Amino acid sequence: MRYLTDRKRAVGKGASHTGTAHHWSMQVSSVGLAFLVPIWVYVFGSTLGQSHDAVLAVFAQPFPAILTALVIFVGMRHFAKGASMMIEDYAKGTARKMLIIFVVSLSYVITATGLFALVKIAI
Amino acid sequence: MAEIKRVERPLSPHLQVYRPQLTSVTSILTRITGNGLIVGVILAVWWLLAAATSPAYFAVANGVATSWFGDLVFTASLWAIWYHYLAGLRHLYFDAGKGLDIPTAEKLGWGCIIGSVLLTVLTILIV
Repeated sequence: MRYLTDRKRAVGKGASHTGTAHHWSMQVSSVGLAFLVPIWVYVFGSTLGQSHDAVLAVFAQPFPAILTALVIFVGMRHFAKGASMMIEDYAKGTARKMLIIFVVSLSYVITATGLFALVKIAI
Repeated sequence: MAEIKRVERPLSPHLQVYRPQLTSVTSILTRITGNGLIVGVILAVWWLLAAATSPAYFAVANGVATSWFGDLVFTASLWAIWYHYLAGLRHLYFDAGKGLDIPTAEKLGWGCIIGSVLLTVLTILIV
Protein backbone atom coordinates (compact mmCIF):
# COMPACT_ATOMS: atom_id res chain seq x y z
CA MET A 1 0.00 0.00 0.00
CA ARG A 2 1.32 3.43 -0.96
CA TYR A 3 0.96 6.20 1.49
CA LEU A 4 1.01 8.90 -1.20
CA THR A 5 -2.27 10.73 -1.47
CA ASP A 6 -3.73 11.73 -4.84
CA ARG A 7 -2.92 15.33 -4.06
CA LYS A 8 0.69 14.53 -3.28
CA ARG A 9 1.09 12.80 -6.64
CA ALA A 10 -0.52 15.70 -8.50
CA VAL A 11 1.43 18.57 -6.92
CA GLY A 12 4.09 19.98 -9.23
CA LYS A 13 2.89 18.07 -12.29
CA GLY A 14 1.09 20.99 -13.95
CA ALA A 15 2.52 23.05 -16.82
CA SER A 16 4.15 25.52 -14.43
CA HIS A 17 5.36 22.84 -11.95
CA THR A 18 4.67 25.32 -9.19
CA GLY A 19 0.91 25.49 -8.99
CA THR A 20 -1.13 28.65 -9.35
CA ALA A 21 0.78 30.97 -6.98
CA HIS A 22 2.27 33.02 -9.85
CA HIS A 23 -1.05 33.38 -11.64
CA TRP A 24 -2.88 34.29 -8.46
CA SER A 25 -0.27 36.90 -7.59
CA MET A 26 -0.72 38.45 -11.06
CA GLN A 27 -4.49 38.56 -10.53
CA VAL A 28 -4.12 40.22 -7.13
CA SER A 29 -1.67 42.86 -8.38
CA SER A 30 -3.73 43.49 -11.53
CA VAL A 31 -6.85 44.26 -9.49
CA GLY A 32 -4.81 46.57 -7.26
CA LEU A 33 -3.33 48.36 -10.26
CA ALA A 34 -6.77 48.62 -11.88
CA PHE A 35 -7.78 50.93 -9.03
CA LEU A 36 -4.47 52.79 -8.70
CA VAL A 37 -3.35 53.44 -12.28
CA PRO A 38 -6.21 55.62 -13.67
CA ILE A 39 -5.91 58.07 -10.74
CA TRP A 40 -2.12 58.04 -10.99
CA VAL A 41 -2.24 58.74 -14.75
CA TYR A 42 -4.33 61.81 -13.98
CA VAL A 43 -1.95 63.01 -11.23
CA PHE A 44 1.21 62.37 -13.27
CA GLY A 45 -0.26 63.68 -16.52
CA SER A 46 -1.40 66.95 -15.00
CA THR A 47 1.93 67.45 -13.18
CA LEU A 48 4.20 66.69 -16.13
CA GLY A 49 5.23 69.88 -17.90
CA GLN A 50 4.93 72.10 -14.81
CA SER A 51 7.76 74.00 -13.14
CA HIS A 52 10.22 72.32 -10.76
CA ASP A 53 8.66 73.94 -7.69
CA ALA A 54 5.16 72.90 -8.75
CA VAL A 55 6.30 69.29 -9.33
CA LEU A 56 7.93 69.17 -5.88
CA ALA A 57 4.79 70.64 -4.29
CA VAL A 58 2.57 67.99 -5.88
CA PHE A 59 4.69 64.99 -4.90
CA ALA A 60 5.28 66.33 -1.38
CA GLN A 61 1.56 65.93 -0.65
CA PRO A 62 0.51 62.65 1.01
CA PHE A 63 -2.01 61.44 -1.59
CA PRO A 64 0.11 61.82 -4.75
CA ALA A 65 3.21 60.52 -2.92
CA ILE A 66 1.56 57.41 -1.44
CA LEU A 67 -0.30 56.74 -4.69
CA THR A 68 2.92 56.99 -6.71
CA ALA A 69 4.77 54.74 -4.24
CA LEU A 70 2.04 52.11 -4.52
CA VAL A 71 1.94 52.30 -8.33
CA ILE A 72 5.73 51.92 -8.51
CA PHE A 73 5.91 49.07 -5.97
CA VAL A 74 2.90 47.03 -7.09
CA GLY A 75 3.54 47.85 -10.76
CA MET A 76 7.15 46.69 -10.61
CA ARG A 77 6.24 43.42 -8.87
CA HIS A 78 3.61 42.90 -11.58
CA PHE A 79 6.19 43.71 -14.26
CA ALA A 80 8.87 41.41 -12.77
CA LYS A 81 6.48 38.46 -12.77
CA GLY A 82 4.94 39.25 -16.16
CA ALA A 83 8.32 39.78 -17.85
CA SER A 84 9.67 36.58 -16.25
CA MET A 85 6.68 34.72 -17.68
CA MET A 86 7.43 36.10 -21.16
CA ILE A 87 11.11 35.09 -20.86
CA GLU A 88 10.13 31.59 -19.72
CA ASP A 89 8.02 31.29 -22.88
CA TYR A 90 10.70 32.38 -25.35
CA ALA A 91 14.14 31.64 -23.86
CA LYS A 92 15.73 28.57 -22.36
CA GLY A 93 18.79 27.50 -20.42
CA THR A 94 21.33 30.07 -19.32
CA ALA A 95 19.82 32.86 -21.42
CA ARG A 96 16.51 32.36 -19.63
CA LYS A 97 18.14 32.53 -16.20
CA MET A 98 20.20 35.60 -17.04
CA LEU A 99 17.25 37.47 -18.56
CA ILE A 100 15.03 36.69 -15.57
CA ILE A 101 17.74 37.86 -13.16
CA PHE A 102 18.05 41.03 -15.27
CA VAL A 103 14.34 41.95 -15.30
CA VAL A 104 13.87 41.13 -11.61
CA SER A 105 16.92 43.26 -10.73
CA LEU A 106 15.75 46.06 -13.03
CA SER A 107 12.35 46.16 -11.38
CA TYR A 108 13.92 46.32 -7.91
CA VAL A 109 16.27 49.12 -9.04
CA ILE A 110 13.34 51.11 -10.44
CA THR A 111 11.32 50.52 -7.25
CA ALA A 112 14.19 51.64 -5.01
CA THR A 113 14.93 54.68 -7.19
CA GLY A 114 11.30 55.78 -7.31
CA LEU A 115 10.79 55.35 -3.56
CA PHE A 116 14.06 57.19 -2.82
CA ALA A 117 12.94 60.11 -4.99
CA LEU A 118 9.55 60.26 -3.27
CA VAL A 119 11.10 60.16 0.21
CA LYS A 120 13.60 62.87 -0.72
CA ILE A 121 10.82 65.10 -2.08
CA ALA A 122 8.66 64.46 0.99
CA ILE A 123 11.29 65.39 3.62
CA MET B 1 6.36 -4.60 -44.13
CA ALA B 2 3.79 -3.27 -41.80
CA GLU B 3 3.55 0.46 -41.95
CA ILE B 4 3.86 2.32 -38.72
CA LYS B 5 0.50 3.71 -37.96
CA ARG B 6 0.78 7.40 -37.26
CA VAL B 7 -1.63 9.05 -34.91
CA GLU B 8 -2.93 12.33 -36.26
CA ARG B 9 -2.17 14.72 -33.47
CA PRO B 10 -3.08 18.38 -33.56
CA LEU B 11 0.00 20.54 -33.97
CA SER B 12 0.54 23.62 -31.88
CA PRO B 13 0.31 26.86 -33.88
CA HIS B 14 3.40 27.28 -36.00
CA LEU B 15 4.28 30.96 -36.14
CA GLN B 16 5.40 31.04 -39.80
CA VAL B 17 2.13 29.60 -41.09
CA TYR B 18 -0.20 30.81 -38.39
CA ARG B 19 -2.94 33.08 -39.67
CA PRO B 20 -3.23 36.01 -37.27
CA GLN B 21 -6.69 36.35 -35.82
CA LEU B 22 -8.24 39.11 -33.80
CA THR B 23 -8.12 36.99 -30.66
CA SER B 24 -4.45 36.04 -31.08
CA VAL B 25 -3.36 39.57 -32.03
CA THR B 26 -5.16 41.14 -29.07
CA SER B 27 -3.60 38.52 -26.81
CA ILE B 28 -0.01 39.11 -27.94
CA LEU B 29 -0.58 42.89 -27.81
CA THR B 30 -1.30 42.50 -24.09
CA ARG B 31 2.18 41.10 -23.60
CA ILE B 32 3.84 43.67 -25.89
CA THR B 33 2.13 46.64 -24.20
CA GLY B 34 2.78 45.30 -20.69
CA ASN B 35 6.47 44.76 -21.26
CA GLY B 36 6.90 47.86 -23.42
CA LEU B 37 5.57 50.01 -20.59
CA ILE B 38 8.94 49.62 -18.86
CA VAL B 39 10.30 52.34 -21.20
CA GLY B 40 7.72 54.87 -20.01
CA VAL B 41 8.24 53.80 -16.38
CA ILE B 42 12.01 54.32 -16.64
CA LEU B 43 11.52 57.80 -18.13
CA ALA B 44 8.94 58.74 -15.48
CA VAL B 45 11.04 57.48 -12.53
CA TRP B 46 14.18 59.17 -13.93
CA TRP B 47 12.19 62.41 -14.19
CA LEU B 48 11.03 61.99 -10.57
CA LEU B 49 14.59 61.27 -9.38
CA ALA B 50 15.82 64.38 -11.19
CA ALA B 51 13.08 66.46 -9.55
CA ALA B 52 14.21 65.15 -6.16
CA THR B 53 17.89 65.84 -6.88
CA SER B 54 18.38 69.43 -8.06
CA PRO B 55 16.85 72.16 -10.28
CA ALA B 56 19.69 71.72 -12.81
CA TYR B 57 19.15 67.95 -13.08
CA PHE B 58 15.38 68.49 -13.28
CA ALA B 59 15.88 70.88 -16.19
CA VAL B 60 17.73 68.13 -18.09
CA ALA B 61 15.20 65.35 -17.35
CA ASN B 62 12.21 67.63 -17.83
CA GLY B 63 13.69 68.76 -21.14
CA VAL B 64 13.80 65.15 -22.32
CA ALA B 65 10.41 64.25 -20.81
CA THR B 66 8.64 67.18 -22.49
CA SER B 67 10.52 66.99 -25.81
CA TRP B 68 9.09 65.29 -28.91
CA PHE B 69 10.80 62.10 -27.69
CA GLY B 70 9.15 62.35 -24.27
CA ASP B 71 5.80 63.11 -25.88
CA LEU B 72 6.19 60.07 -28.12
CA VAL B 73 7.13 57.76 -25.22
CA PHE B 74 4.41 59.02 -22.89
CA THR B 75 1.69 59.05 -25.54
CA ALA B 76 2.60 55.51 -26.59
CA SER B 77 2.77 54.49 -22.92
CA LEU B 78 -0.64 56.02 -22.29
CA TRP B 79 -2.18 53.91 -25.03
CA ALA B 80 -0.22 50.88 -23.75
CA ILE B 81 -1.56 51.48 -20.22
CA TRP B 82 -5.16 51.63 -21.43
CA TYR B 83 -4.77 48.68 -23.77
CA HIS B 84 -3.11 46.57 -21.08
CA TYR B 85 -5.76 47.76 -18.63
CA LEU B 86 -8.72 46.67 -20.77
CA ALA B 87 -6.99 43.46 -21.87
CA GLY B 88 -6.19 42.73 -18.20
CA LEU B 89 -9.84 43.14 -17.25
CA ARG B 90 -10.71 40.86 -20.18
CA HIS B 91 -8.13 38.38 -18.86
CA LEU B 92 -9.79 38.37 -15.44
CA TYR B 93 -13.16 37.83 -17.14
CA PHE B 94 -11.73 34.92 -19.18
CA ASP B 95 -10.13 33.49 -16.01
CA ALA B 96 -13.57 33.43 -14.44
CA GLY B 97 -14.53 31.08 -17.29
CA LYS B 98 -16.74 33.62 -19.05
CA GLY B 99 -16.78 35.12 -22.55
CA LEU B 100 -14.72 32.33 -24.10
CA ASP B 101 -16.99 31.59 -27.08
CA ILE B 102 -15.60 33.05 -30.32
CA PRO B 103 -18.23 35.77 -31.02
CA THR B 104 -17.93 37.14 -27.47
CA ALA B 105 -14.13 36.87 -27.45
CA GLU B 106 -13.95 38.79 -30.75
CA LYS B 107 -16.30 41.47 -29.45
CA LEU B 108 -14.12 41.82 -26.34
CA GLY B 109 -11.05 42.04 -28.60
CA TRP B 110 -12.56 44.94 -30.54
CA GLY B 111 -13.57 46.43 -27.21
CA CYS B 112 -9.91 46.43 -26.12
CA ILE B 113 -8.68 48.02 -29.36
CA ILE B 114 -11.39 50.68 -29.75
CA GLY B 115 -11.70 51.28 -26.01
CA SER B 116 -7.97 51.83 -25.56
CA VAL B 117 -7.86 54.41 -28.37
CA LEU B 118 -10.93 56.22 -27.00
CA LEU B 119 -9.54 56.27 -23.45
CA THR B 120 -6.17 57.53 -24.73
CA VAL B 121 -7.80 60.44 -26.59
CA LEU B 122 -10.02 61.15 -23.59
CA THR B 123 -7.04 61.19 -21.21
CA ILE B 124 -5.07 63.54 -23.47
CA LEU B 125 -8.08 65.89 -23.58
CA ILE B 126 -8.48 65.82 -19.78
CA VAL B 127 -4.86 66.17 -18.60
